[in-house]
Amino acid sequence: MPDESLPPFQALLDEHGSDVLGFLVASVGHSDAEDVFQETFIAALRAYPRLEHASNLRSWLLTIAHRKAIDHHRYRGRRAVPAGSPEEVAGGKPSSNNRPDTMVEGGDPELWTAVSGLPPKQRSAVVLRFATDMSYAGIAKALDCSQDAARRSVHEGLQKLRGEFA
Amino acid sequence: MNPLSDKQLEKMLRNDPPAGDLDRAVQGVLAAAERDGLVDVAYASVDSPFGKLLVARTDRGVVRLKLPGGRDAKISDEETLEALATYVSPRVLEAPNRLDEERRELEEYFEGKRDHFDLAVDWQLTSPGFRSRALHAVARIPYGKTKTYADIAKAAGNARAFRAAGTACGRNPIPLIVPCHRVVQSGGGIGNYGGGPTMKHALLDLEGAL
Repeated sequence: MPDESLPPFQALLDEHGSDVLGFLVASVGHSDAEDVFQETFIAALRAYPRLEHASNLRSWLLTIAHRKAIDHHRYRGRRAVPAGSPEEVAGGKPSSNNRPDTMVEGGDPELWTAVSGLPPKQRSAVVLRFATDMSYAGIAKALDCSQDAARRSVHEGLQKLRGEFA
Repeated sequence: MNPLSDKQLEKMLRNDPPAGDLDRAVQGVLAAAERDGLVDVAYASVDSPFGKLLVARTDRGVVRLKLPGGRDAKISDEETLEALATYVSPRVLEAPNRLDEERRELEEYFEGKRDHFDLAVDWQLTSPGFRSRALHAVARIPYGKTKTYADIAKAAGNARAFRAAGTACGRNPIPLIVPCHRVVQSGGGIGNYGGGPTMKHALLDLEGAL
């Protein structure tokens, strides 16, 4: 079997589905994440047999998810319609306990509302970095930019969040 | 609220989706993939008295059936699926609904209620020539009957190639449906089987061929 042969597509869903959904919940909100998830994987499935390398499939999927999230924001109109209620954006009910060090799964709703208001590239970079634990090299690949630019986007995004949140 | 440290901010941003949401999202992908005709190879696990079978099909028919025991047990399901991705299409998805008919007929067969399969077969994993002719001959052996490796060699056009007929049976990608368990040794021995000789014996017993 050739080394670079593509794994069964099911393996991509099984191994990376959770990361892609986490990324999308964070970037388009809970209520729309499922639709954009479907668009992402169907686009991936269409292109899959023509993919030349089996390396970095996670980055490849997150790149598609990033593009679909941007399309989605454009379609919804970023300013006119917020990405979702705080609960939706956070993927869970707001915690009554606001101390970040004891925050439960799902992250902080207000923070995610702030994240969804970031410019697309910063938003994706921040989400990839923290919601999916991606390296800067991975983010650079996913967002099709240099590692420095990826680092800068994450940094600028965090700064903006801190500004709004402090 | 105090200004957040990077650590706190990072912690708040980590956001795993709930498992139930993921299941539903994955099911949505599968439904859309089927609707758009993007599932080139659908597979499912099918229960049998011998353990779980892995059954895969294309639009043309059943392309692969992996037995649970014997030599087949040494190949993992992952390896089987990887081979399908490489040699058939990488668009391989778990789609149990697409294999409902296969599941039903196999269950009936194991219960002794079915003496033939009405399932289409996709032969693309069988190399053309002697092996293909041999396995087509195997496919014609009726329920409850046996043939020898020599019979199969002869039917495939080379009466002396009984060892090659054995190899063809050994490489049968679709056992049970292409019933290589009905091929036995001329001297009366049961011969090898991908699912192990015990399973072969049990199948021939089920069919009343012993």
